[in-house]
Amino acid sequence: MLTKFGIISSSIALISSFILIYLSFLELKIANNKIQNKIYNFSLIQIIFSLLSFLILIVGYVISDFSMINVYENSHTTKPIFYKVSGAWGNHEGSLLLWINILVIFSFLFLTLTKNKNKNFKIFTLIFQNFLIIAFFIFLLTNSNPFLSVVPTPDEGLGLNPILQDPALAIHPPLLYVGFVGSSIYFSSALAALISKVDAKSLAKTIKIWVSVSWFFQTLGILVGSIWAYYELGWGGYWFWDPVENSSLMPWFLMTALLHSVLVLERRIGLYSWVIILSILTFTMTVVGTFLVRSGILNSVHTFANDPSRGLFILFFLVVMVFSSIFIFFKYAPSEKKTYGIFSKEFFILINNWFMIFFLAVVLIGTLYPVFLDTLTGEKISIGPPYYNFILAPFLIPLLFLMTSGPKHKWIISEFKNFFNLILFLSIFLFLIIFYLIKENNLLIGLILLFSIYLIVQTIFDLYENFKNKSINFSRIISHLGFGLLIFFISINHIFSTENNFNIRVGGEKNTKDYVVKFEKLTSESNKNYKSVVGNFEIINRKKLNKKILKPEIRFYNQPKTITYEASIKSNFFSDTYLTMSNISDTDVFNIKFQKKPFMTFIWFSVILISLGGILNIFNRKKII
Amino acid sequence: MLNIKTKNRLLILAAISIVGIAIISFILKTLEDNVLYFYSPSEISKSNEIISNNSIRIGGMVKKGSIETKKNEIRFIITDFKNEVIVTYKGTVPALFSEGKGVVAEGKLQDKKFFLAKRILAKHDENYMPPEIKQSLKNNAN
Repeated sequence: MLTKFGIISSSIALISSFILIYLSFLELKIANNKIQNKIYNFSLIQIIFSLLSFLILIVGYVISDFSMINVYENSHTTKPIFYKVSGAWGNHEGSLLLWINILVIFSFLFLTLTKNKNKNFKIFTLIFQNFLIIAFFIFLLTNSNPFLSVVPTPDEGLGLNPILQDPALAIHPPLLYVGFVGSSIYFSSALAALISKVDAKSLAKTIKIWVSVSWFFQTLGILVGSIWAYYELGWGGYWFWDPVENSSLMPWFLMTALLHSVLVLERRIGLYSWVIILSILTFTMTVVGTFLVRSGILNSVHTFANDPSRGLFILFFLVVMVFSSIFIFFKYAPSEKKTYGIFSKEFFILINNWFMIFFLAVVLIGTLYPVFLDTLTGEKISIGPPYYNFILAPFLIPLLFLMTSGPKHKWIISEFKNFFNLILFLSIFLFLIIFYLIKENNLLIGLILLFSIYLIVQTIFDLYENFKNKSINFSRIISHLGFGLLIFFISINHIFSTENNFNIRVGGEKNTKDYVVKFEKLTSESNKNYKSVVGNFEIINRKKLNKKILKPEIRFYNQPKTITYEASIKSNFFSDTYLTMSNISDTDVFNIKFQKKPFMTFIWFSVILISLGGILNIFNRKKII
Repeated sequence: MLNIKTKNRLLILAAISIVGIAIISFILKTLEDNVLYFYSPSEISKSNEIISNNSIRIGGMVKKGSIETKKNEIRFIITDFKNEVIVTYKGTVPALFSEGKGVVAEGKLQDKKFFLAKRILAKHDENYMPPEIKQSLKNNAN
């Protein structure tokens, strides 16, 4: 039953998208400046039925309707209700439906909320957005239909991969999708702006909100994803430069560039074409990322079960999208002649953009190079983290410096300021104290620490000054402060993380440099959908003589039959104690990875600060510098 | 002669292309230094050039009955049913690491038979086999 409703409901949504495009084209011919109610009505129908389709899928999961092949393949009756719901988007078909829903939601919100006066601009945006919606609906219904039924109805489902049964992972796709797919609306707007010749200021005002929203969610999505990787994958790392992580980071670089250059556009100082190119690139990069993940070209934890036809469809869609964007761009791109002085604010924003493009290029090359090499020569390679760290780390230094000094400059024309001031001396002083404490003599890390401290101190001073003048640009200050803190804590974490690997039997004891690890006992627990073996470890700090109990687990899930190792992490204010236990072929020896990871909570907190800046930017309507 | 404006433009263009080329060659150089090549045990036994200071990946199946757990390390054999490599490793192994299953080890080759692994990769899906392994097993079957 549900399968039929699902197909009907999504077909209605698809049909209303066609009607919307038809009505929009009619609307363009009417000189009247008010958009007809019909368009609003069909937009409402579209959003209701597409949400309904998604709801039907979720209901299918909740009541475990195994006549739906999608539910049968990815769910199980013993699964906790929370993971039944999140299972709906834990697979290719369901997540595609979520993707479409976000396209539709953004389309609807744009139509109802945007106050832009130019009717043609709104209508063209709607048209482009609906082309995207239609393309993905057709993909969904013809190739990746979540509403297919299976006859006869199986009694029990195959179950969800246990590694996906995790709260962070359950919420991370929706967050990332709002970020990713949210970029579609400024992609559509950018193309619409070209055709309807919208002026710079109103384009900037319109897309700024959507850029901020998608950037905020993208940042949070990346954060939640790395938190998941940190405690679920059990390696104690939070960023692996995995190709799929990279595909979430690449649009983020572009969004960040866009977030900055929109400010220039808003002040009518230029970059009109550049903003449009960035908007188009951001969504294109999103689709490229989706292609890489879904086509199975990349080899990663994230890859769903693969089917080449999916990749082919997305590739085809990508090619059409890119070529039509290029065509529209060259046909309609305005010529602009704006000049601005060196050391003006927009000059620094442009430099920020070049940094972002550079980072993007580095990550893109690292991600695609193995794919190309494999296709061309058949040679199998992979690119490890050292490549990224080695290239990107040195460039953090000028970036941090420019983030510190750039915002201090005025628009259009500004003089080179004397930067030998109190703040610099204070930063150097702080740095020397920290340097003395940590005794790290790697020049690169030293410089990164110095410049991140400089950025932190400067932004705190800015905050104070702004408070005095009662004009606060919280958005910039919070994000930049967050970034400074992030780099600072990542460096400190990098220096002080320790790791010990050893094998141990129950009752055994292992001495490391500062700790004694005692394997007290092994207990077993039984849960609804898994059994687990829990190790009880006592960690004794030799200097402070305090004790910690850690309980890593080995879980045996019944459906599908899978073993997972659950790390045990004890966080206190300054440092995480991290312990993973594994066992090979039922011997009595356990392999232990014992880690100390300082300042992990500070790293998470810094990213939250960064993302907060994005949300504040939405409310920052009165532009104060 | 070129006028000043054209000359300036040419200078800027030249400067940009020099910086651009420098950056790109820097990226490519780093890329080359950090590439991890993937080999099967047979490829290692055939080739004479692989042994070096660079990290590589070896993929194949964990030979049945080959896993030994010692005090601080684990030792096992990666096989592609033609040739074998002995791997030693310290640390925790992934959940799906077991005898007769696919595995990828990352680390350095000591000599043609011994491999010191820094990381062991096995995927979180029992039916999963890294495409590299599938390919190299297929090649060996022929």
